[in-house]
Amino acid sequence: MTMTAARRRQWLAWVLIGGPLAIFAIWGLVDNARLFLVTLLNGLTLGALYFIVASGFTLVFGLMRNVNLAHGSLYLVGGYIGFIVAERTGFWILAVAAGFAAAALAGLLLQVLVLRHMQGQDLRQTMVTIGLSVVVADLLIWIFTAQVHQMEAPSLLQGPIRGIPIINAYSAYRLALLGMGIGIGFGLWWLLNRTRVGMMIRAGVDDRAMLSAAGVNVNLVFAITFALGAGLAGLGGVIGAVELSMVPGEDTRLLLASLIVVIVGGMGSVTGAGIGAAILGLAETYGLAYAPTYSVVFTFLILILVLAFRPRGILGKAA
Amino acid sequence: MSAAQWRKAMNSAATGSAGRLPSTETGRPAPAPAIPVEPDPYADSDAPRWLKFLWRHVSTRHVLTLLGLLVFPFVVSPFVTFQIGAQTLVLGLVALSLTLLAGYGGMVSLAQMTIAGIAGYTVAILGSSGTALSLGWHWSVVVVFALAIGTVASVVVGWLSVRTEGIYTIMITLAMGVAFYYLALQNYTVFNGFQGFQRVFPPTVLDIDWRQPLAFYFLSLAFAMAGYFFVKYLIRAPFGIALQGIRDNPRRMNALGYNVTAHRVAAYAVSGFIAAVAGVLLVWYNGLITPGSVGTSWLINILVIAVLGGMKHPIGPFLGALVFVLLQTFAVDVIDRERFNLVIGGAFLAIVLFSPDGLLGLWSHLSGRLRRARDVSSPVR
Repeated sequence: MTMTAARRRQWLAWVLIGGPLAIFAIWGLVDNARLFLVTLLNGLTLGALYFIVASGFTLVFGLMRNVNLAHGSLYLVGGYIGFIVAERTGFWILAVAAGFAAAALAGLLLQVLVLRHMQGQDLRQTMVTIGLSVVVADLLIWIFTAQVHQMEAPSLLQGPIRGIPIINAYSAYRLALLGMGIGIGFGLWWLLNRTRVGMMIRAGVDDRAMLSAAGVNVNLVFAITFALGAGLAGLGGVIGAVELSMVPGEDTRLLLASLIVVIVGGMGSVTGAGIGAAILGLAETYGLAYAPTYSVVFTFLILILVLAFRPRGILGKAA
Repeated sequence: MSAAQWRKAMNSAATGSAGRLPSTETGRPAPAPAIPVEPDPYADSDAPRWLKFLWRHVSTRHVLTLLGLLVFPFVVSPFVTFQIGAQTLVLGLVALSLTLLAGYGGMVSLAQMTIAGIAGYTVAILGSSGTALSLGWHWSVVVVFALAIGTVASVVVGWLSVRTEGIYTIMITLAMGVAFYYLALQNYTVFNGFQGFQRVFPPTVLDIDWRQPLAFYFLSLAFAMAGYFFVKYLIRAPFGIALQGIRDNPRRMNALGYNVTAHRVAAYAVSGFIAAVAGVLLVWYNGLITPGSVGTSWLINILVIAVLGGMKHPIGPFLGALVFVLLQTFAVDVIDRERFNLVIGGAFLAIVLFSPDGLLGLWSHLSGRLRRARDVSSPVR
């Protein structure tokens, strides 16, 4: 009896949310198929970038219950370091590696020097990272000025790919971005589900105390996770520096995007981050394409809807 | 705990300036007969009740502070009166609303500046400004609307975020605050986009131009003091006690029959009202409102001010605002104007790293140490 009622409610939710979306999709396809499909690709690629940045955020939170509000700063630091390396050497792949390494190192230092000493004091950690993000943002303005920095795509991925049905031409780099997002998603899945470190991280997410009681060096696992999460932000910074540009303020934008992604997707879940990033990316680009003035309102609406029906996010579990 | 003990605990807590209240383990105290808990030296005198109340609660430092605040604008230049005095009071009032929520309710909301901004935008949109979008209503109607809309907005923020706790609250309120920023930035039909509203000035009432530094200073002082005493009263009132109980242990308060969600949303409403009052003053102080006034940096600045001063007493946000404004004004002389964020961020970082209770915590730590030193040394002599 209750089963059917629950199922009926689920059905209702699907119809209420999916119905208007399906109608909109059909209308969009009939009205202007090219615009609709290009927007779809744009949304997915933006979602891929959001996923790369937010997966690091959610990983750190899931394991350490530690909200790193300096995550956006790590994104920007990675982007600027990548920019310098790309200018000096000319190799894009080196820039990506440098951005990842620099942000990972910065994150490691942050964890070992500051956050480790206030383990369990959530609010204090949050405030310290807020303070750090203010300081780092200002230091970056000091060093790199407030001018717009733009990185060039690697020569292999420059220019559009032609000859796609309906769409005709689409930026090769953006398509590659989608591939990178999916690749990193699979990499994370493999790391978390198939390696020993991943096993420890998952165990730590479920029960930190038991993990340390089992003889695992929890501090080491924390440090590795934090470095990985921060590194992903830096990696996202370099990748994003081609597509979006690097200006002061991007750090808050990406931080906000990460926040929304993990709130929608559920804290600590990498799959949830994937779903959240796709939803946010699609909502933003469709909003921009079809209702430019109110694109932000859509994001906000999604947030409210998710909070109203699933306060812990789509795939979130109780903390 | 009996009613008499409870009253005693309340009285001893009321005389101390700072410090947490004992969590009330009884439910609502039964309307106890007026038992004199401790021999009251003034009980027999014929003086009226309010005079006795003042005598017991006002000490030298209170009088000195009040005198200082009243004399201050007459000894300094109008620039200092306006730029430092009035700004401190107004920003302190915004931060006070956060102190009420975070310090006494345990809900750290980053959307307080958004609430103030919504009230400010209401003043600009409904009142008169240099923009054709403004409707030009009479200031009294405008202010009533601004306060009402600010309070309602705060209730909405609260209603959406009270189901979450701790860091989740921070993140959701931050997300909502930034969403409003982008809304104000991108909407040109109501919020006038990036330009915002210029030339939003306080009205001339009672033949006084409230834009004058001296008048505006006293206007802000009046509202800041009203807010301060209101919060000071509220945290001793049954509602405030229940709120602090909810901060310390929501499950127990729920088991005692308190509606936790309702208390939290009510706290948002009250703090939203304070923030809205401050928002109206702030838009008059600045003379303009733009999306930048509700941007992320200002959302965080309010948290910085509240934490800098300390959240254990309603005087904290004003102290924090004073330090903030002084740093903001004089950072130009010490270090490049552009590097202000570095200074304030560094100060904030130092405070959260080394003194989690802010300047008030630093003060009570120091005075506690002095007192201990005195206590130890006195029997020896």
